[in-house]
Amino acid sequence: MRMPLFRGMKRWGVLLSTLVLSSLLLAACGESSPSILNPAGPVADKESGLFWFILVVATIIFVLVEGWLIFSIVRYRERPNEPMPRQVHGNNTLELAWTIAPSIFLFAVLIGTIYTMFNLSSFPGVTRTVNVRAVGHQWWWEFNYLDTNPNVVTADELYIPVGTRIHVELLSNNVIHSFWVPQLTGKTDVVPGHNNTKDFVGDTVGVYRGLCTEYCGLQHAHMNFFVHVVSQDTYMTWLSGQEQAAAKTPTGANALAGQKIFLGSGGCQGCHGIVGVNLKSYNDPLANSLIGPDLTHFGSRRLIAGAVLTWDPATCVVVTGSNGQPMIQNESQCGLYQWLHDPQGVKPGNDMVIRKLSDTEIAQLVAYLESLT
Amino acid sequence: MATRTITEGISVARRRRFSETYIGEWLMTTDHKKLGIMYIVTAFFFFLVGGVDALLIRTQLAVPNGKVLTPEIYDQIFTMHGTTMIFLFVMPMLTGFGNYVVPLMIGARDMAFPRMNAFGFWVVLFGGLFLTSSFLFGAAPNAGWFSYAPLTELNTGCGTSGVVVCTPGLNMDFWALGILMLGISSIASALNFVVTILRLRAPGMTVNRMPLFTWMTLITNFLLLFAIPSVTAASILLLLDRHLGTHFFQAGFGGDPLLWQHLFWSFGHPEVYILILPAFGMISEILPVFSRKPIFGYTFIAWSGVAIGFLSFTVWAHHMFAVGLPLVAQAFFATSTTLIAIPTAVKIFNWVATVTGGKISFRPAMLFALGFVAMFLIGGLNGAALAVVPFDYQVTDTYFVVSHLHYVLFGGTVFGVFAGIYYWFPKMTGKLLNDRLGQLQFWLMLIGVNLTFFPMHILGILGMPRRIYTYPGNLGWNELNLLATIGAFIIAAAILVFLWNFVITLRSGQPSGTDPWDAFTLEWDTDSPPKPYNFPVIPIVRSRRPFYDKKNPEIADWKTATH
Repeated sequence: MRMPLFRGMKRWGVLLSTLVLSSLLLAACGESSPSILNPAGPVADKESGLFWFILVVATIIFVLVEGWLIFSIVRYRERPNEPMPRQVHGNNTLELAWTIAPSIFLFAVLIGTIYTMFNLSSFPGVTRTVNVRAVGHQWWWEFNYLDTNPNVVTADELYIPVGTRIHVELLSNNVIHSFWVPQLTGKTDVVPGHNNTKDFVGDTVGVYRGLCTEYCGLQHAHMNFFVHVVSQDTYMTWLSGQEQAAAKTPTGANALAGQKIFLGSGGCQGCHGIVGVNLKSYNDPLANSLIGPDLTHFGSRRLIAGAVLTWDPATCVVVTGSNGQPMIQNESQCGLYQWLHDPQGVKPGNDMVIRKLSDTEIAQLVAYLESLT
Repeated sequence: MATRTITEGISVARRRRFSETYIGEWLMTTDHKKLGIMYIVTAFFFFLVGGVDALLIRTQLAVPNGKVLTPEIYDQIFTMHGTTMIFLFVMPMLTGFGNYVVPLMIGARDMAFPRMNAFGFWVVLFGGLFLTSSFLFGAAPNAGWFSYAPLTELNTGCGTSGVVVCTPGLNMDFWALGILMLGISSIASALNFVVTILRLRAPGMTVNRMPLFTWMTLITNFLLLFAIPSVTAASILLLLDRHLGTHFFQAGFGGDPLLWQHLFWSFGHPEVYILILPAFGMISEILPVFSRKPIFGYTFIAWSGVAIGFLSFTVWAHHMFAVGLPLVAQAFFATSTTLIAIPTAVKIFNWVATVTGGKISFRPAMLFALGFVAMFLIGGLNGAALAVVPFDYQVTDTYFVVSHLHYVLFGGTVFGVFAGIYYWFPKMTGKLLNDRLGQLQFWLMLIGVNLTFFPMHILGILGMPRRIYTYPGNLGWNELNLLATIGAFIIAAAILVFLWNFVITLRSGQPSGTDPWDAFTLEWDTDSPPKPYNFPVIPIVRSRRPFYDKKNPEIADWKTATH
């Protein structure tokens, strides 16, 4: 029976392939995406090179085999009054050929694969190393800088110097997570009880998105982080800044009021640490029982709660309202306001379960947190 | 109404037994044909359930920061989508077809163990209802279909410090108990198939003459026998951890989360071949019939199936390349995964060669079979890409893998299942499904599958992880997600077309006769539907195409071919 839509099939085929190919082009131009095809380091670079190789090979095989299929469908479709076709059962030579040829090719690829695997973490010409520990929490990343004493502790943002081997220890005391920065390196899982590590280098200054890539519960979607690859000088400046304790008493009335809320009963200090305020140092034993991120230098960070929100002092301006009380000038533009106003609404199920804060209290806290640079 | 006659021509005047009523006939049957239909109908119901899950997921992900589903509900929906589709749709559907067709194909009167056959079906039905009922308790499984520990642990003791709560609630208990029940059913039916195929073939039907669907069913059921125990053990250990204070999967108490992964994937990998091999068998029957020539390379297809069966137990950790295994171990699994690509490629070449030189008619069964080859090729290519380990480090656990698994399971198995439905429906009911509606369904499905899953290759490359309930609008993922959602609804439209076809055909479909396709294998040498005893006389088989031989005695295969 003739298939009436046959000519339509060719048209659809062309349409579909155009759609597909153009979307691929769109992909390569995904500049704002954490794309593996936009590498900023040697590991991601090797891995992205493998993708292009795979794409070329797969496209060739696809065109050949699908082409053969479509050719056969067209050429051998039934026509009226045609005799029965030759009852061919097989051809051993052909079978041998199309078993051996793919085998040889696949094994060549395998050798390349294994060679790349074993050389992924070798960075000739890179002399410096920075040691970091990345701890996966539900649902945010804690970063400890192991070369400082005591280890600098921060969250959500990983600053690293360019052209340096970053050796990351991966730890979790809860569930399995996965540490992935597509533009710098493929992922490695963070498994409780295991001491996984990964090494990579950032060879281009920039900011790169990191993502948790192992389903870890309710807010797995909001467990992202940023990697800032900066110059060696910027990194050293940043690190020494991080090593400083926060001011015991902040300047400014609003900031002072904010600190009071932080330290008050039922206040933020129940879950968060600030070195110089409620922690004596980064390795104060008290820190081990605090389930929230360290806030010592929150003022110089721009991400909140696993990058579910971003914030900026420029859009979180504290002004005096008509009632004489401090307030945030433009609440909907201030990510920090939105977070403090309703953390459960922003990131349902996360561990920050707090009492309702008034707009005044939030403004004061924002002023205090901004001061923690 | 009159009593039913039990023997031809003699009417016995007494009260009807329950087993002689219409309902009783079905509820108490041990007949492989009825049970086959019951499996297929049950499986199709769960296909619709799993499909609704998919539409909910795609609606939530159509736009960034979607608010259609809360994360709690989303996590249950995506978990149940996978669990339902794999355990309650594909496995029972393929078992149903095996049940119906294999005894007929091999010239037998029923399966070897008819009562165990019935037992297997009822356990699937109750297990499926049990698992799905979890939604009514607001506690559907929510840790993904492969349920990684320690997320699945009950509460304290989840991590090394013992502070964090993991997964409170009954959700994972539903999962573990459901899996145990379904495993029991699979083992029962696997034993049945293996014994039936090895012992009940008609005289003259050596294993080298049995149909490829029978070959693939045999291999699949051996795989089940060796793979199900792994997931059974894992589920029991999980229940022990959750309720009896053991710590098999909890670090900090001497346990190891990776133990779960090894146990699960030792089942999980053979499982995916369990999900595809019978579909391979179906299209190995359909392509020849609609090309009017024998399958090309029967021996190679059969034995590459055996090779895949053995190799499927050696590749499991390719699901674990990113967990931190030693490099040498990863290299081993990269090698075994590369090896398993070879028999699969050989099959694809043989299928295309079957069609080459033929006289092709494009009935819906053939459309779906050809679509299978085209789509499975894509799934095989992106699967082979995943074997390139450093590339896998980038795309594992992203939408790239979601694309791969759906190309092989939807573009592969589901297309194969619809090919089988259009092919064998007339044998089961005596009616022909409507061709035009079948064509419409095929094209909608082909377009829908590609529109839904092709963009996911790109989403994975652009950094979109799996199992996220929403995503921000500034990462360049918006358009591709919307495209995928549109594709999903096109697939839904295709399914509606099928359901319409099904309903109108049952009501007033064209009668099919016993052999509408001029087919080659024994099941077509029976009534449509076959009599309860299948064959009046057990046939004697002299080649791989016994019915073709009977209809074409001058050019029978046993006269012309060398087997």
